[in-house]
Amino acid sequence: MDALAATKFGAGIAMVGVAGVGIGLGLIFASLVSSVARNPSARNEVFNLAILGVALTEALGVFALLIALLLLYT
Amino acid sequence: MLCKGRGRVAAEGFHIKPLEQFELTRLGAVGGSVNFTQANLVMVLGAAMVLALLYYGSRPAAIVPGRLQSAAELAYSFIHDMAVEQIGPEGKRFFPFVFTLFFFVLMGNLLGLIPFGFTYTSHIAVTAALALLVFVIMTGVALMRHGLHFFSYFFPKGVPIFLAPLIVPLEIISYLTRPVSLAIRLFGNMVAGHVMLVVLASFVVMMGSAGALGIVGAAAPLALNVAFMGFELLVAALQAYVFAILTCIYLHDAVHLH
Repeated sequence: MDALAATKFGAGIAMVGVAGVGIGLGLIFASLVSSVARNPSARNEVFNLAILGVALTEALGVFALLIALLLLYT
Repeated sequence: MLCKGRGRVAAEGFHIKPLEQFELTRLGAVGGSVNFTQANLVMVLGAAMVLALLYYGSRPAAIVPGRLQSAAELAYSFIHDMAVEQIGPEGKRFFPFVFTLFFFVLMGNLLGLIPFGFTYTSHIAVTAALALLVFVIMTGVALMRHGLHFFSYFFPKGVPIFLAPLIVPLEIISYLTRPVSLAIRLFGNMVAGHVMLVVLASFVVMMGSAGALGIVGAAAPLALNVAFMGFELLVAALQAYVFAILTCIYLHDAVHLH
């Protein structure tokens, strides 16, 4: 395998980490839906917490994306 | 056949260059001598727009606000409530800082979505400078309010003492990664969004150059690109909000130590 092919392959492997972020985001929104369904009056408060959780989770996916971009374009 | 052949040449001659949009160019002779790039121009423009909104929004001071005044008041009270709610009563002192940070990031994200605009938050130099500013201010506030007692932050109350060698390094690392994650989150989200828009737009161009069937097929990535533009608008506002609220949470930790 030449170096270029290996870099592209590596970029693809780096993006596998996003799968975990997908699971995490699904869990966050699943519990958001169930908690709003149980107590609709807490919606605004719980939604802000969920957005915070999304931001912290999503950062990890962005780290994986960053590695892939670094491999592809540097 | 001839048309198909030409189309293939056109498609092969076209390269997707997703990172070309982030390149800086110096503006004019004066800009070249002081390194004034289009990113700086958009920064000045964004700051001027926020200042104009606040100036013209607060000038009438009517009891029943007009459109501009209610926009300015909404922006003011949104950040004010967030700062006071997250930091506590001391939040009033940090409100101008959080307000500035929020609108600088928001303007960077939104002005970049205008065609031929430039997203200055897509440069890690900008986001890292903002995140380091937050880091320096939160550490400075904590040291000024609590003195050397601040270092008890790295050893939470109620933890058995024999766990100290494990907990203290972990807490220090998590404290030090705050500016890193703050900078990378904003930078990565903006770069990823704009790269995605360019890649989808390139699909439209590549399919459109591949004959009549390609033009019909190009409708799908075009529709997807329009949808992603709406999604990017959401992300632009959300990332500015996240940057501001995380700053508030960090300042809360600095003021109250857990």
